[in-house]
Amino acid sequence: MREKATTLYLGPQHPGITGNMMIRLKVEGDTIVKATTEVGYLHRAFEKLQEQRNWLQSFTLMCRFCVPETDPMEESYARAVEAIEGREVPERAKYIRVMVLELARLASFMLWYGGQNGSLGLYTMGQWSVGDRNYILDLFEELTGGRVYHMYIWPGGVRRDLPKGFEKRVIKVLNYLEKRLDDYDDLMFDNAIFKKRTQGVGLVDKKTAIEHGVVGAVLRGCGIKSDIRIDDPYEIYDQLDFEVPTAEGGDIWARALVRRQEARQSIRIIRQVIDQMPGGAFYNQIPNPLKWTLPKGDAYVRTESVRGEIGLYLVSDGGNKPRRVHLRGAAYVHAVSLLEDVLIGENVADVSAIMNSLGTCPPEIER
Amino acid sequence: MSFFDLKGTLKPLTALKQFGKKPHTIEYPKVKKEAADRYRGFHFNDLEACIGCGNCSTICQNAAIDMIHIEGIEGINGDSGLRPRIDHGRCCWCALCVEVCPTGSLSLTKDYLYVSDDPDSFLWVPGIDNPEGKNNLSFTSDEQSLNDFKRISMPELEGMERVKSFAEVVLGYNEEQAREEASRCISCGLCTEACPEHMHIPEYINAIATGNDKDALRIIYDNNPLPEMCGKVCTRRCEDVCAIAVRGEPVAIRWLKRYATETAISSDITREIVNPVIKEPNGKKVGIVGAGPSGLTAGYYLALRGYDVTIYESNAKAGGATMYGIPKYRFPIESLDKQIEYIEKIGVKIHYNTTVGKDITFDKIYKESDVVFMGVGFPKAWTLGIDGEDAKGSMQAVNYLHEINDGEEVEIGNKVAVIGGGNVAIDAARVSKRYGADVTILYRRRVQDMPADWEEIEGAEDEGIHIVPQAIPIKVIADKNGKVTGIEYLMAEMVPDERGGRPKPVAIEGSNKVLEITALMGAIGQQADYSFIEGTEYEGKIKVERGRIVVNEDQQTSDPKVFAGGDAVNRTADAISAIADGFRACKAIDKYLIEK
Repeated sequence: MREKATTLYLGPQHPGITGNMMIRLKVEGDTIVKATTEVGYLHRAFEKLQEQRNWLQSFTLMCRFCVPETDPMEESYARAVEAIEGREVPERAKYIRVMVLELARLASFMLWYGGQNGSLGLYTMGQWSVGDRNYILDLFEELTGGRVYHMYIWPGGVRRDLPKGFEKRVIKVLNYLEKRLDDYDDLMFDNAIFKKRTQGVGLVDKKTAIEHGVVGAVLRGCGIKSDIRIDDPYEIYDQLDFEVPTAEGGDIWARALVRRQEARQSIRIIRQVIDQMPGGAFYNQIPNPLKWTLPKGDAYVRTESVRGEIGLYLVSDGGNKPRRVHLRGAAYVHAVSLLEDVLIGENVADVSAIMNSLGTCPPEIER
Repeated sequence: MSFFDLKGTLKPLTALKQFGKKPHTIEYPKVKKEAADRYRGFHFNDLEACIGCGNCSTICQNAAIDMIHIEGIEGINGDSGLRPRIDHGRCCWCALCVEVCPTGSLSLTKDYLYVSDDPDSFLWVPGIDNPEGKNNLSFTSDEQSLNDFKRISMPELEGMERVKSFAEVVLGYNEEQAREEASRCISCGLCTEACPEHMHIPEYINAIATGNDKDALRIIYDNNPLPEMCGKVCTRRCEDVCAIAVRGEPVAIRWLKRYATETAISSDITREIVNPVIKEPNGKKVGIVGAGPSGLTAGYYLALRGYDVTIYESNAKAGGATMYGIPKYRFPIESLDKQIEYIEKIGVKIHYNTTVGKDITFDKIYKESDVVFMGVGFPKAWTLGIDGEDAKGSMQAVNYLHEINDGEEVEIGNKVAVIGGGNVAIDAARVSKRYGADVTILYRRRVQDMPADWEEIEGAEDEGIHIVPQAIPIKVIADKNGKVTGIEYLMAEMVPDERGGRPKPVAIEGSNKVLEITALMGAIGQQADYSFIEGTEYEGKIKVERGRIVVNEDQQTSDPKVFAGGDAVNRTADAISAIADGFRACKAIDKYLIEK
């Protein structure tokens, strides 16, 4: 006998997710028959605020678009401004930027490890990975002065040079993390519960992925090799040797496998960057920020974040502030429209795990 | 997957090997974490170094910083007396305030913990509410500052090229240089406070920076009718207090004004751009004695307000000391003519070659006008008061400059000594150099004590003028025909002033030296010439004290119908103060006549 459908309001708080959003579920028993995502809990109008702030003030808002991974946002803004203005970036700054971006990826993976497992009730993993993430945050604190909001990559280069001996301390953390990733494998990827809860759950097939414009690890989890760092390389990614892992299956498990390998690739990239780090200037200074104007023009830049491609469109009318800033991150696609499709037929208990796996990040959705 | 996954069940148990390991987290409050050297914690402000420019408040995109009065900190020249107060509930710790702070007084500290249930207590004045922060600085602007400390250098003629003619030494910024220099300004407004005339400096610099040169000119003419003169020879007290100058070179405010005024190449174009509103004639008459900067300023703004203005000038040209005292390589005559023409086109009548007291009586002007303004200046030089001063070839520098600027020839020979350290001394020396003389300046104190503009002193040295500091002249030596042949002087040592003033030169006995010369110029100061009212009823009515006319804050003299300004009134003896006097007098005269 078919059970009577019930409406269930899930959220706006979700385990393991930064920010708030709500999902209205129609369930029969504990099977979802319809899902409607409802956002609007977190709208801060950053894009609009930036239109009232000068080019440098706007920079400080960029990192706040997405709390778990702030640096790709700063990177996008810096590159867009540089493209409009034609400002050169010193070679050393490019290397430092890539190092910071990859450290940010690692930190974000650590948060994901915790979130993905936490959503399944496997809390030990979260204790470990969030604790280990602190070693990376310590590095950020030393380099940028901030642990989470770095405000470090800015137009013209980076804000400060590497402190003395910083590279050595990065290597030390990388060595430690590499060992820890093996521990994570024991606890997570070899865990029968994790496998059972993730294999065949939250399926995204290739066709759906392409239809929705899915990006990043979710796309690579469907077996499609796509990464902005390779497809449209920026900074010095074209000079680095790294792989873009993929996995077949399109379920939470496949996406987890992709991320598992990506974390190791980030370590590989950082080691190369440190080996090849050139000397010289780290910053091509902008003029007095109060009188700094950009020529009329626009720029669209693409940056790879842990959740996937970020697109930033920046328009200048020749004045001292942006005419328009528009940022579209991966979460907008994954956690609004795609999520509604993916949830159909799934179990209520798996919703959080699926949301995590798709890289749901409400602050990035609402901006 | 088998029904029972043995490996998958056992593997996670390996986590137990972590048991007992020291965690990365710390046990607060038992253990406190030391923040990194660059940590962006709470603010600290060095109150002594801070000048209250407010740039931190301007850049703060959260409006978390406001500038407030602090008890015990008074506003002085170059310090607004305000200090930043930071709302740590709004702050996002981006530290842009630190990086735009021109003095480097604002920093962030390693302190990151503050707990209170009172939201108002998050509002701090850094430096006052957390004095201990000084020992804990972390994020400072020492490594990186967003201020542009380097000035765009002004193209000039080479030193040896200059002395061949009276061609203008300073060549002026081109458009690109002006835009670049203007964009260094942080619009703090300390300059406006320091300027006697309170010109709208940040506003016109901003107009230049954004490419609106015409707007800049209009803003400048709002309270200065002789801006090109100021753009070339102003004593620029604004630049002394420029916030950027604390750690760098001040914004070239004078040169930027010069750039903006030079864009209007004739008086007609000036008028077209400025396009001032001239009120209908109101039937009131104002007589002005002296067409110097103060008289011209009062005249121009009174004419705009509908007054019938007549200026009486004893010389053949207007401009006063700026016409006859300043050499043409600093301030070309075309430049002055353009500005005077413009003022005349607005409706100011100037009677040239009309000496009050000789060609027209002061009484006539007084009786025919509703108000009289006296801008009579300091045309008479102080004499040195040493033996032999009346020898042939011994003259006053100010008279020398007057005659040269009048186009006359003055016999000075080939060895000139100038006594004094002010701008007049330097001007006379540099002019003599242009007539081929070997010039020496004798000054009582040290070079750094010279009241002349440092750029002028450098210019003189570049042109090969010798400066002998700590030299006190005692006697002029003349030959039997009464013609000057030498100057005898004593070397001096600097003795600290017991009352805390500047060190005093004291002559060293027996250090007598003689310099062979063909001409001597005294430049130790000037005084007013009140002969036109001496012996008349006005002598007592218009109060004069220690050589200066006494005025109230409205420039009004002891005779309510008479106003005065310029060198004869104020001690600063520069054109911009005279312009300020004229402008103030204009407003006061307007008020006085309306109320009457």
